[in-house]
Amino acid sequence: MNSFTYTRATTLETAVQDKASAELAKFIAGGTNLTDLMKVNVEGPNHLIDIRQLALKDITDNADGGLRLGALATNADTAYHEQVAKRYPLLAKAILAGASAQLRNMATNGGNILQRTRCYYFYDTATACNKREPGSGCAALSGFNRIHAILGASEHCIAVHPSDMAIALAALEANVNVTGQQGNRTIPFSDFHRLPGDAPHLDNTLQPDEIITSIDLPAKGFAQHHAYLKLRDRESYAFALVSVAAGLEMDGDTITEARIALGGVAHKPWRNREAEDLLTGKSATEENFKLAAAEIMREAKGYEHNSFKIELGKRAIMRALEQAVKMSNKPDSHFHRTSTEPV
Amino acid sequence: MSTEYIGKPTSRVDGRDKVTGKAQYAAEFEALNLTYGVVVSSTIAKGRIKAMDISAALQLPGVLQIFTHDNRPGLAWFDKSYQDEDSPPGAPFRPLYDEKILFSQQPIALVVASTFELARYAASLVKVTYETEPHVTDLNQLRQDAYTPSKYKSAEPTPRGDAETGLAQAAIKIEAEYNHPSEHHNPMEMHATTVAVAEDGTLTIYDKTQSVLNSQKYISKIFGLSTKEARVISPFVGGAFGSGLRPQYQLFLAMMAALQLKRSVKVVLTRQQMFSFGHRPATIQKLVLGAQANGALEAVVHEAIAETSQFEDYSENLVNWSAMLYKCENVQLTHKIAKMDVYTPLDMRAPGGVSGMFALECAMDELAYATKLDPLELRLVNYADKDYSEDKPFSSKELRQCYQQGAEKFGWNKRNPKPRSMREGKELIGMGLATGAWEVKQKEASAKATLSVDGTLQVSSATADIGTGTYTIMTQIAAETLGLPMEQVTFKLGDSTLPEAPLQGGSWTAATVGSAVKQACEALKEKILAGLRSAKDSPFEPVQTLEDVVFTDGRVFLKNNSEQSVSITEAMRLAGENVLEVTITAKPKKNQQEYAMFSHSAVFAEVRVDEDFGTVRVSRVVSAIAGGRVINPKTARSQVLGGIVWGIGMALEEESVIDQQYGRFINHDLAEYHVPVSADVHDLEVIFVEEHDDIVNPIGAKGLGEIGIVGAAAAIVNAVYHATGKRIRNLPITLDKLL
Repeated sequence: MNSFTYTRATTLETAVQDKASAELAKFIAGGTNLTDLMKVNVEGPNHLIDIRQLALKDITDNADGGLRLGALATNADTAYHEQVAKRYPLLAKAILAGASAQLRNMATNGGNILQRTRCYYFYDTATACNKREPGSGCAALSGFNRIHAILGASEHCIAVHPSDMAIALAALEANVNVTGQQGNRTIPFSDFHRLPGDAPHLDNTLQPDEIITSIDLPAKGFAQHHAYLKLRDRESYAFALVSVAAGLEMDGDTITEARIALGGVAHKPWRNREAEDLLTGKSATEENFKLAAAEIMREAKGYEHNSFKIELGKRAIMRALEQAVKMSNKPDSHFHRTSTEPV
Repeated sequence: MSTEYIGKPTSRVDGRDKVTGKAQYAAEFEALNLTYGVVVSSTIAKGRIKAMDISAALQLPGVLQIFTHDNRPGLAWFDKSYQDEDSPPGAPFRPLYDEKILFSQQPIALVVASTFELARYAASLVKVTYETEPHVTDLNQLRQDAYTPSKYKSAEPTPRGDAETGLAQAAIKIEAEYNHPSEHHNPMEMHATTVAVAEDGTLTIYDKTQSVLNSQKYISKIFGLSTKEARVISPFVGGAFGSGLRPQYQLFLAMMAALQLKRSVKVVLTRQQMFSFGHRPATIQKLVLGAQANGALEAVVHEAIAETSQFEDYSENLVNWSAMLYKCENVQLTHKIAKMDVYTPLDMRAPGGVSGMFALECAMDELAYATKLDPLELRLVNYADKDYSEDKPFSSKELRQCYQQGAEKFGWNKRNPKPRSMREGKELIGMGLATGAWEVKQKEASAKATLSVDGTLQVSSATADIGTGTYTIMTQIAAETLGLPMEQVTFKLGDSTLPEAPLQGGSWTAATVGSAVKQACEALKEKILAGLRSAKDSPFEPVQTLEDVVFTDGRVFLKNNSEQSVSITEAMRLAGENVLEVTITAKPKKNQQEYAMFSHSAVFAEVRVDEDFGTVRVSRVVSAIAGGRVINPKTARSQVLGGIVWGIGMALEEESVIDQQYGRFINHDLAEYHVPVSADVHDLEVIFVEEHDDIVNPIGAKGLGEIGIVGAAAAIVNAVYHATGKRIRNLPITLDKLL
């Protein structure tokens, strides 16, 4: 870890200005990912701007019937927020499937979607990694790539995005509100994270001078029919090998709208509109789910150690859809559960 | 008031200190003018350092020195100076010895600075250029290169009979290969050393270790210090599991820096660096079992290959379990090792037993299906009523009781013998069992007992408490032996000035140090009695021997007249004694050699496997232990629970993954090296069966540090087979293997 200067921003404007003034500056909020990366010399900011005093912690109703999540609201406060739990249980479940209680108490919503990959090679400066050091190569391609991408990867990077929350946000079609020197803009969630292409060092489309101020959830929350299914190597405190956020609108047995987002399989939360369209207007049958799953995995490509994710992903999609259909309308009282059992 | 403590569930005497943070660990000690050392680790596995540029780091104000192989002081450089009590045969690793790189993450420099942050930053500025050589770190590719070591570290394979003929006669034969990967100890506390240099130059060395004496001898030899000059202290250890059996390189580096700079130095390894030294070696094990139609074993063949380093021949008791666990005339055993470019493996909880019996007990499970016998029935058919490997009777063996009580508690009779026959919704349910054993040893140890006139007793020995409960059980033993309330008794350990004790390992501490503590307190009783005999105003008629009295509740009672008693403090006053002190050495009795001494276990596991995903949940485990006398059922239970949890880890989660491109453990932190978390641990039950044993040691305790993990992994693996019908022979059973 290197030496750095530290300031505490009191207004959004000064925070943005401060960030723009130093080339290697970083915002810090919960610090649950950044400080880890600084300790292993993967991140080396020379200036840290603590934004925790900014008034971005609130969760408020939007005029369109949606909900605005402050960028600095903690993951725990968000997941346990009455409106989130009631109207967006998919999001609450996804958040609670991630990390540990301690981490969720510190981690913020803005930071969550900005967290960096858990690729072993990204974390180890003794190895080649284009994301950490552009042009150095990708050790994961020919290394131990069990946890790596099967969709949307490139020859430069096969890392995956580690967030659970982001998978639910992708399914919910959230919008990310940001502020920069050029003013405010709103980024649709599907455009927020990038695929690696030939620039894997860029995780997302946020500009260097921009800061996330909030995340907007549209009115539609799929509270009646949804599932967040996370498959991993242990029951808690492990990143997803494959996760599925599913949301359905149903009319009787007919699916009127389907959202399926996958985690653990790509550099960004993975959506496939064609697959979702395949389900629209169809009945909720195993056969139809199978078609959708096959469509999502149609172009999946495995590497030496992770080909299992293709079949696992298909089965996870089918199970998640099945759970979303069958879920009872009773409010969930056990958000602490993160296992694969039907909720 | 009762001063009977042995066998009663007793809370840890050091519990309050631990939970309030008062207990100090090696990295927490303050020292005069303390400086901080940070280790720079190699990024390659094999080759040499061509150049090291330390100039940028050295220029930072506050950086005191950067030690490398180029500038390190001249020291003892003979191999034997670096050997310690747990060294395997070979040439121990010598930190900063020369430019050669022998394994990835080898320590290649120590940066010492006035603050930790500065030292850490400076360490990141050290630039190293290497000349790399091809490395080998894949055990699988070394099958042909594996060799029989000229000397085994702990146990030479002891084959018997003629396995070939046995197999030829067998009606049923199974043959399979079982593998498990390297695993690391991953104690919560990272290895650390604080060397405090006082104003007058006196050294006090706070080290994370399982033996202060081992650390002391090591640094004394290397740095040419007398034992008086090198006092090592280690009152608390935050888990070690074997990782503290050998002095680790932070001790060497901190000592070297402190002596050179004449300043106090603290060196703490990072979590990543905890993957830079000893680990449980990966093994490849072939088992061939031949049996009669009724399941009786005709032959057992156990052939193992395990990893070692380029510089030492590490081996553990891996295959001999196949000769002692069951009754069988013909046993063929081989144990080869293969050199890899890694650090030397190191004893890790139940070394060899965990690995060897995982293979044997899975093979026995396979044989049970082949013979169409219940796995429990197969074990009973082959029950060993003596140790056939050494043709000795067991000092005690209540394994039958373990099977019986464990099976009953678990509900083994509810098991449908057919694989993949039990389910609940999408969950396949499986039940498996395995036998475990661990060798019981008593070593030589000394203890000192000091009784003060106020009735307080201090007992001490240079042993360790690595979280096992040593402080507590020694206090119990001392208090009960002398008949004092526990509150009046303290036990001291972890200080090299205390009476000698062996390494804290091998599950022998309760037996070894416990016997010394007991004998020291008995010697004190003699002294008290002698005082009473010589006292003018003794309340007793002349008392001849200890046989005539009872020490309890802080008093000495006449056996034949309990109305007559005197308090211990009063007895000392009468005898005119202010303090009574004895130091004794307890040695194992010779007749122990006529017996085979083992603790045993029967582990029953239930798993639930999602049929679509292959995710495994260990829903229930019952572990029935025959471990002799249980001194403290509470800490004993904790030991076994920890063992079961580790068994879950070994079966399903743990793997130190080596990236073959770099020859480097790549999942080197606790986010990616998976150990079980609370959510993975469900219903665990521990049964201690009655087992009386006068032979093992004067306490009758067999030691429980290791038996809890042995058998746990195999029981789970066998349960997974029963649930799914899929036999997974490569650990850990991650979901992809069951898809």
